[in-house]
Amino acid sequence: MTSILRTYLARLLPQLIALVAIVIAISMTFPGFLNLDFQNGRLYGSLIDILNRGAPVVLLAIGMTVVIATKGIDLSVGAVMAICGAVAASFITSGHSLFETILITLAVGLLCGMWNGILVAVLDIQPIIATLVLMVAGRGIAQLVTEGAILTFNDPGLIFIGSGSFAGLPMPVVVWLVFGVLVALLVRQSALGMLIEAIGVNRQASTLSGVLTPVLLIAAYMLSGLCAAIAGIIAAADIRGADANNAGLWLELDAILAVVVGGTSLLGGRFSIAASVLGAIIIQAINTGILLSGFPPEFNLIIKAAIVVFILVLQSPRFRTAFAFLAVPGRAAKTTEQEAK
Amino acid sequence: MQASSDNILSAVRIDKGFPGTKALDKVDFHLQRGEVHALLGENGAGKSTLIKCLTGAYRRDGGSILLDGVEVDPRDTFDAQRLGIGTVYQEVNLLPNLSVAENLFLGRQPRRFGMVDIRAMNRKARELLSEYELELDVTRALASYSVAIQQVVAIARAVDLSGKVLILDEPTASLDAHEVALLFRIVRRLKARGLGIIFITHFLEQVYEISDRITVLRNGRLVGTRNTADLARRDLVAMMIGRELAAEIHAVHANAAEGEPRYRFRNYGRRGRIDPFDLNVRGGEVVGIAGLLGSGRTETAEVLFGAHRADSGTAEIDGRRVELSSPRAAIRQKFGFCPEDRKTDGIVGDLSVRENIVLALQARRGWTRPISRAEQNRLADLYIRALDIRTADREKPIKLLSGGNQQKAILARWLATEPEFLILDEPTRGIDVGAHAEIVRLIESLREKGMSLIVISSEIEELVAYSTRVIVLRDRAHVAELGGERITAHQIVEAIAAANERRAS
Amino acid sequence: MKQKYLPLTATILIFVLSYALCAAQYPNILSTRVIGNLLTDNAFLGIAAVGMTFVILSGGIDLSVGSVIAFTGVFLAVVLEHTSMHPLAAFALVLAITTLFGALMGVIIHYLEMPAFIVTLAGMFLARGMAFVLSIDSIPIKHPFYATLKGFYYKLPGGGRITLIGGLMLLVFAVGILIAHRTRFGTNVYALGGGTATAKLMGVPIASTTVKIYALSGLLAGLSGIVFSLYTSAGYSLAAVGVELDAITAVVIGGTLLTGGSGFVAGTLVGIFIQGLIQTYITFDGSLSSWWTKILIGALLFAFILLQKGIIHLSRDDRQRA
Repeated sequence: MTSILRTYLARLLPQLIALVAIVIAISMTFPGFLNLDFQNGRLYGSLIDILNRGAPVVLLAIGMTVVIATKGIDLSVGAVMAICGAVAASFITSGHSLFETILITLAVGLLCGMWNGILVAVLDIQPIIATLVLMVAGRGIAQLVTEGAILTFNDPGLIFIGSGSFAGLPMPVVVWLVFGVLVALLVRQSALGMLIEAIGVNRQASTLSGVLTPVLLIAAYMLSGLCAAIAGIIAAADIRGADANNAGLWLELDAILAVVVGGTSLLGGRFSIAASVLGAIIIQAINTGILLSGFPPEFNLIIKAAIVVFILVLQSPRFRTAFAFLAVPGRAAKTTEQEAK
Repeated sequence: MQASSDNILSAVRIDKGFPGTKALDKVDFHLQRGEVHALLGENGAGKSTLIKCLTGAYRRDGGSILLDGVEVDPRDTFDAQRLGIGTVYQEVNLLPNLSVAENLFLGRQPRRFGMVDIRAMNRKARELLSEYELELDVTRALASYSVAIQQVVAIARAVDLSGKVLILDEPTASLDAHEVALLFRIVRRLKARGLGIIFITHFLEQVYEISDRITVLRNGRLVGTRNTADLARRDLVAMMIGRELAAEIHAVHANAAEGEPRYRFRNYGRRGRIDPFDLNVRGGEVVGIAGLLGSGRTETAEVLFGAHRADSGTAEIDGRRVELSSPRAAIRQKFGFCPEDRKTDGIVGDLSVRENIVLALQARRGWTRPISRAEQNRLADLYIRALDIRTADREKPIKLLSGGNQQKAILARWLATEPEFLILDEPTRGIDVGAHAEIVRLIESLREKGMSLIVISSEIEELVAYSTRVIVLRDRAHVAELGGERITAHQIVEAIAAANERRAS
Repeated sequence: MKQKYLPLTATILIFVLSYALCAAQYPNILSTRVIGNLLTDNAFLGIAAVGMTFVILSGGIDLSVGSVIAFTGVFLAVVLEHTSMHPLAAFALVLAITTLFGALMGVIIHYLEMPAFIVTLAGMFLARGMAFVLSIDSIPIKHPFYATLKGFYYKLPGGGRITLIGGLMLLVFAVGILIAHRTRFGTNVYALGGGTATAKLMGVPIASTTVKIYALSGLLAGLSGIVFSLYTSAGYSLAAVGVELDAITAVVIGGTLLTGGSGFVAGTLVGIFIQGLIQTYITFDGSLSSWWTKILIGALLFAFILLQKGIIHLSRDDRQRA
């Protein structure tokens, strides 16, 4: 058991180091960064803020990780967020109970995922193209639901999900923590994780070994849809309304980035949900850090781009082979170890 | 060997090795002006390695290549083309989305005022193709024409670009009789123009129809070069599969299965892949499948396993009708299948040896009933030990293992599901001698335990060693069955050759 | 009819049919004024879509387009405000920058063997980030030369105008068609889309073609940015968000296969017109909500993906029978 724990930690080490380095860097330029206050039964502070603000991307990254592990990609999650936020707002305002609203919103998210999954698994359309359809149409559908307006609501239950707190933590953090742990347990305690990785590495061989490929593919996209639905509810609850135009706008790119920063290859296969969650938090920490450190926020995107390029170069097959030549045997072993992580 | 003045292309003592194997061992090959020279051998004999060394796709480790008596050293296929060696592959290496004319003149389109002169290009394309009896709408996409026509377009391009040597690598594999006739008319015409043509195929009757000389390779070594007219068909088959090496071994299976067949396939087949066949298999029986490449061996296996759903006939197990509509359905009936192409159909490269071993069992149990990590470790260790899989540990990604050890891991994947009907497609191809012997022993012991096995192999001695019956295939049909005392290398070779002879007549 | 013309024909048919339907309901939509506006309003999108067509034909994708447009606009605004550089010189400078930017992405895609999707995603962040660094505010461009340029137009009978930027878009399409079908580079682009490995075997210079494709896309995104700055008379770093998506959609609706290798630059123009027409119709209608645009375009996108999937299936069957 301890050895499994150790390999688990080893897998997350690069992301953890990166996160710690970023936190140290920020706290050096902004001394109050690490402070935590406990007021009104809830923790306050920049660190909590990062976890809170990052909630939608963390949630999207959880689903995106599984989709990317199958060698796919889901461009529609931002639009699905908007749809689900709109659905939640319109149901709660039309007098449905909180429970019904959430249930229906989650069902809509699953349905969106199923649509993508069927296009990919049954019609055999390239994932990037298949999910583009919903990415384009989704925001229109969301506007159709809200009828173009920003649909505001004041149901205390729904608002609580966005700005309440539980056990000292903001609700969004509680939601993604619980959901993330549930999904991670689901894929790792069942055989899902391994089967999904097998599909991502070699779909043909997996099918020949009896893996129920189409069903698992559809399930992966449905999970992604479910994540988008939860993220959509949180985003809507946060602003107490559904903004079909801006909810989740471009968050699919952040989610993909979080997965990549988390070290899951875009070519499918090995994945780690915890690493993607860390990736999402790293991205949010950079955003918040730049904001706090007094660095002009204009540089935010450039720094983000630089980080993507840096990580991509490290992952590039050419780069690796080039360095395999240079590396002395001992160091080569070390790099392969790092790759394995 | 031959007077060098006749030789347009000579390859002398070509060596090529890959990690762990010697693909070519001092192979000599001489091609004369105006001849069609068939290059034959079973899979892994070294044909394509030799071709790749000649065309510069591989760097040879040793030996020299003379073109028109001058030593050449093509750096890549382009360079070879520039020197005069053109190649046409079975998988047409042209761009299906471009027009015929664009394919013919890609990279050298005629230009006027810096713009491609499409009319001139189309005219030149039509002129070029008229030499090949083809009148096509050259502006249409290549993909809109049949493979045969694409093949001819590829030949036209290759000859136009190179013009001394033309290598045809299995050009007829997917052509029907008329199309083959068209292709051969063109080959004869090019031969008359003085080109040297290397022809690779696994259709022996075509070899006898078109070639002047035959060179046979086996296991990376030259077996010999003969004049086609002087070489009897059965001698050729013997050269290819090496009967003369095998001391007529025939393991007598004293307890060879008796009683009722457990598995009955009646009129089983799939249009376009394998003609309907009847097959009965008993428990404790190894049915060997023999036949040259392309005779329908793999197709038989895939239909049995449900990888391609059968569109005719019925399958019964112990008298009970079953539907083998997918690999999952077959696995439910305790079937297992080690495919021929390990890399694309077998291993899941990035996953560990352990995960590869438990994959099929886990898939059968479904995702909700995971095999515990302890049980996975136990299974993996069990089979790593039992099959002697050489790996640092069970967590090593399987892609880092050698071919033989990958094959054993895939075998382990199926053994872990405790199958009752196991299909092995070329289980010993491309693996080293030691692993080879172990797999043959394993097949024996599985049979003794009462399992039913179907084993496909191009190595006749191997089939003789473990089969209780041998079925001979040709042209995607089951044509002969040998049992008991008739399972000898000699008889199998006779059956394959006879089958081919029948077709030729 | 040749199969490769099938998607293009479908596109044109859809356009003509929907135009006829619109015209039956609102005869005004036939006026040259509407047509002129259609050209002017979609000029920047059209120019960017030409570049996108080349990228997609080669089997790639370029997500940086919208950001590059915004960067170009901000760059021009800042340069014209703070220096005495003539707009024409500024145009040349910014085109050089965006072309280089595209070429750099092509270099990374080819030499580091990385997926175009991610490389251009990084490019998208970088270009937008550069725009932010230059200025986060919307800067108006008041240079007299801009007014002069805007004064150029060709008056159509019936009161419509083909503005300079509308005409420029048509010109870019004409040049794009010429490059795609009448140059070796154009054929090489199609060859890459047909299969990189085979193209390489047939002697297509993969590296230089890839770099040129993304450089071209960068150049046209820059030109589109210039047009956009003329159109809006301002530079704003938050402008043109998501234009890449509109461009991709126009390309696919225009009948180009998203997997590359098949399609026409001319089809993209029709794709632009279809998108523009939907918007115009919704404006004319007044009661219809704007979100139907997105839903309709998404549905069209889906229809075309299915159509192309069907054609691929059919052609496979055809060949087997042949």
